[in-house]
Amino acid sequence: MSMAPAQKISTPARRRIDLQVVGPIVALIALVLIGMALNSNFLSYANITNVLARSSFIGIIAVGMTFVITAGGLDLSVGSMAAFVAGLMILVMNLLTDRLGVTLPVIFAGVALALISGLVAGLINGLLITRVGIEAFIVTLGTMGIYRSLITWLADGGTLSLGFEMRELYRPVYYGGIAGISWPILAFVAVAIIGEIVMRHTAFGRHCAAIGSNERVARYSSIAVLRVRLATYVLLGVLVGFAVVMYVPRLGSASASTGLLWELEAIAAVIIGGTLLKGGFGRIWGTVVGVLILSLIGNILNLTDFVSPYLNGAIQGAVIILAVVLQRKGAADR
Amino acid sequence: MIKTLIATTALVTGFSAAAGAETIGVSIPAATHGWAGALNFHAERTVERLEKVYPDLDFVLTTTPDSATQVSDLEDMVATRGIDALVVLPFESEPLTGPIQRIADSGTWVTVVDRGLAVDGIENLYVAGDNNSFGRTAGEYFAETLDEGAKVVVMRGIPSTVDNERVAGFEAAIDGAGIEVLAMDHGNWNRDTAFTLMQDWLSRFGQIDAVWAADDDMAVGALAAIEQAGRTGEMFVVGGAGMKEMVDRIRSGDKSVPVNVTYPPAMISTAIEMTAAGIVGNAPMSGDFIIASELITLDNADDFYFEDSPY
Repeated sequence: MSMAPAQKISTPARRRIDLQVVGPIVALIALVLIGMALNSNFLSYANITNVLARSSFIGIIAVGMTFVITAGGLDLSVGSMAAFVAGLMILVMNLLTDRLGVTLPVIFAGVALALISGLVAGLINGLLITRVGIEAFIVTLGTMGIYRSLITWLADGGTLSLGFEMRELYRPVYYGGIAGISWPILAFVAVAIIGEIVMRHTAFGRHCAAIGSNERVARYSSIAVLRVRLATYVLLGVLVGFAVVMYVPRLGSASASTGLLWELEAIAAVIIGGTLLKGGFGRIWGTVVGVLILSLIGNILNLTDFVSPYLNGAIQGAVIILAVVLQRKGAADR
Repeated sequence: MIKTLIATTALVTGFSAAAGAETIGVSIPAATHGWAGALNFHAERTVERLEKVYPDLDFVLTTTPDSATQVSDLEDMVATRGIDALVVLPFESEPLTGPIQRIADSGTWVTVVDRGLAVDGIENLYVAGDNNSFGRTAGEYFAETLDEGAKVVVMRGIPSTVDNERVAGFEAAIDGAGIEVLAMDHGNWNRDTAFTLMQDWLSRFGQIDAVWAADDDMAVGALAAIEQAGRTGEMFVVGGAGMKEMVDRIRSGDKSVPVNVTYPPAMISTAIEMTAAGIVGNAPMSGDFIIASELITLDNADDFYFEDSPY
């Protein structure tokens, strides 16, 4: 996804801020209202917690994806990468359990491994894209296949499972929390807030937008284009690792079907949120709204017999397109 | 990709040769999911065993990631190994019907496993699981165990013929037992999808007495969601296919997982053994051999637990 040459570099969102801002929020509110109307348990504490907690994996990844896309890039490998990192983490934690027993250091080691292997995976993507100069789409399509095969190979075609006792020790990271708010939700909120601040108030965030908007002008403005772009992939890799840290305690297992289509869900959430797929403008809070919209559709469909399950995908697709139509309306002349 | 070439000599012998070494080719899909992993495990074990039992038999075992590779593998087997018999689990029915038919026409014995070919009458022996029986066995357990008015939810697999046959069997078995199916949706044979689906069903329904998860991976997800909601003990979960963690729970008397239904990946062993017996001896082996699904219970769980199996 490199830039089309020499486009105008005005910040396109400013003038029509209203529709752009309101679009995804309107869609979200509409979904909440529909959910309330269809099932009285929709707003129950348990359901809200479920939806938010299950959104956190895609959510954390989507925040990183927002930076990558804003800088004019794309990463298709995140789902496979998450599966691979999860598999690696489980394998190593099982090995360490044999040595160290069911202890906290094993968990710390597992977490560190997940973050580091995410970082390395992101670095590999980033280096191939920035230093070797291959299209992001191709590089990450390649690594997507590689990581998916690696997890299948690691798991010998089956499922890698964390040892039972270790799972019990690690379990609270997904199911536990503070003041009734579970850890994955807190983690998602923290990542989103930090992401929003970095995107809006730091040089890095502005450089991402500048590069995505017009790479050549960014370079003339003495922005270290390659380094910033590399940093977005590394950041995304680390966040994939972090999402895995939250994911593994949920079922304590990873297989070839882990993280399937996460990359597309993350990209869809980013775009629903108002970030431009061609880069140049990114909005973290919009991404958060996008992630919630996607999870809520699934949740509402499960809570009702509203449509045949065969049509779930169609409803999801329609809502994704509608949400984007809402925010692009009036901005069509951009 | 694992490509195991067992047997050391390439022999081209006629089909009729009763004495001398004969070669059996085995072609199965690669271990891309749990069930296929177990298929590989059982195929390798059986080949090892039979090579000891029948010193005159050679085996060629290949695993393939897709239909095109499988076609090439079959061509290689015929051209370079001169196989006398072929045991094949077609990756897909349509693309492999032609190549397998050509092999059959050349006089080679063909055993087809589980996935039938698009044209009838090509194979000498057909060994397969019974998807209808898979669903029916679970349904019969529900009908016997649950009281009238019991409420259940059903998790289906990826929309496919296999899934439809299983669900049809299940529905037929519970028909008239007074069991109410609250909801039925696709968990896609996936742990995460099943977990999410079960969470939402638990929010939606105050009373659920049993869950038919139709596959052990989905059962794992459903059980985690039930545990999270603190509703363990209210309902039991019946999966299927005999994953070893599930069999382990059954034999330890876990109330949440009382039984399981087999769809044995070891059917590849049945196919290889029957083919070998047919080639070596005089016992007639042609026809269809449909393996019924069995109910794994506390009493017989030990027979279904394979310590080394990846699944």
